[in-house]
Amino acid sequence: MSTTTLPEGNAAGDFYDLHEHDHPEGHSTMLGFWIYLMSDCLIFAILFACYAVLGTNYAAGPGPQDLFELPLVALNTAMLLFSSITYGFAMLSTQRGSVGQTQLWLAITGLFGLAFLSIELYEFSHLIHIGATPQRSAFLSAFFTLVGTHGLHVTFGTVWLVTLMVQVARKGLIQANKRRLMCLSLFWHFLDVIWIGVFTFVYLMGMLR
Amino acid sequence: MSAHHDQSEPHGSMRDYVIGFVLSVILTAIPFWLVMNRPFDAPTTAIIIMAFAAVQMIVHMVYFLHMSPKTDGGWTLTSLIFTLIIVGIMMAGSLWVMHHLNTNMMPAPQDVRQLP
Repeated sequence: MSTTTLPEGNAAGDFYDLHEHDHPEGHSTMLGFWIYLMSDCLIFAILFACYAVLGTNYAAGPGPQDLFELPLVALNTAMLLFSSITYGFAMLSTQRGSVGQTQLWLAITGLFGLAFLSIELYEFSHLIHIGATPQRSAFLSAFFTLVGTHGLHVTFGTVWLVTLMVQVARKGLIQANKRRLMCLSLFWHFLDVIWIGVFTFVYLMGMLR
Repeated sequence: MSAHHDQSEPHGSMRDYVIGFVLSVILTAIPFWLVMNRPFDAPTTAIIIMAFAAVQMIVHMVYFLHMSPKTDGGWTLTSLIFTLIIVGIMMAGSLWVMHHLNTNMMPAPQDVRQLP
């Protein structure tokens, strides 16, 4: 748009690029998904900040040392760690182009995800059963919001994983499915990174109070 | 951000995943052991487990998320650093403000006794 004289028959001028470059399908999906994860990271950061601010307001109710069971948390952490490595194996199978192995490792990852969710739901139901509900104190509200949001992410990750298994079964390892598996890989490992923050700041630091 | 996107896609190898997994197991087991058995006092343990968490997050970023300065022409790392700056400002600001609010607005014990 540096010319001052407009060409004949084009009085309005071209104010947009008519010669757009060719963009192959999904060329920017990974970056876009990464930026989504970063915005998700902000959500968790806000919830962590809430927990840090409210985490000592027990309202004369139970504190972390009365409620948390570290062996259970360690088991939960192990489930998520195992699911991370098995998802890694699924990605390696995808790179080799083996549908069967990809499906197998995805299924194992899903089972570890379900195990994680079951243990977390057991923990939550136990807490609610003994009266440590989210309504009990600001500490418990912040705890349930933070850990529950992470659990909700794992739930949706598991739903997504099952969806991708169906898609891989129907269409095979086409480029689009590989891209989707790559996105879920980022999501899954990202949730593991968030869990490192949860078990360190919520559970381990809670036991140190 | 060119059209040759296959080359910039992060690909892990078996070696990467196994190294990442072994490191994460070690970096998870030690903090749990420290808190369960308490060989040190609470403040020391807190600093150690926070350091372990930070290292483990970096391990996950490198070996599982395959972060590198080259991915997507550097934009992945740039957006991560931007997010970390925002998170840092937000966390530090919240804790700072709320700590002062608590210490300045909370009535001292002798004031509470004089309340009607």
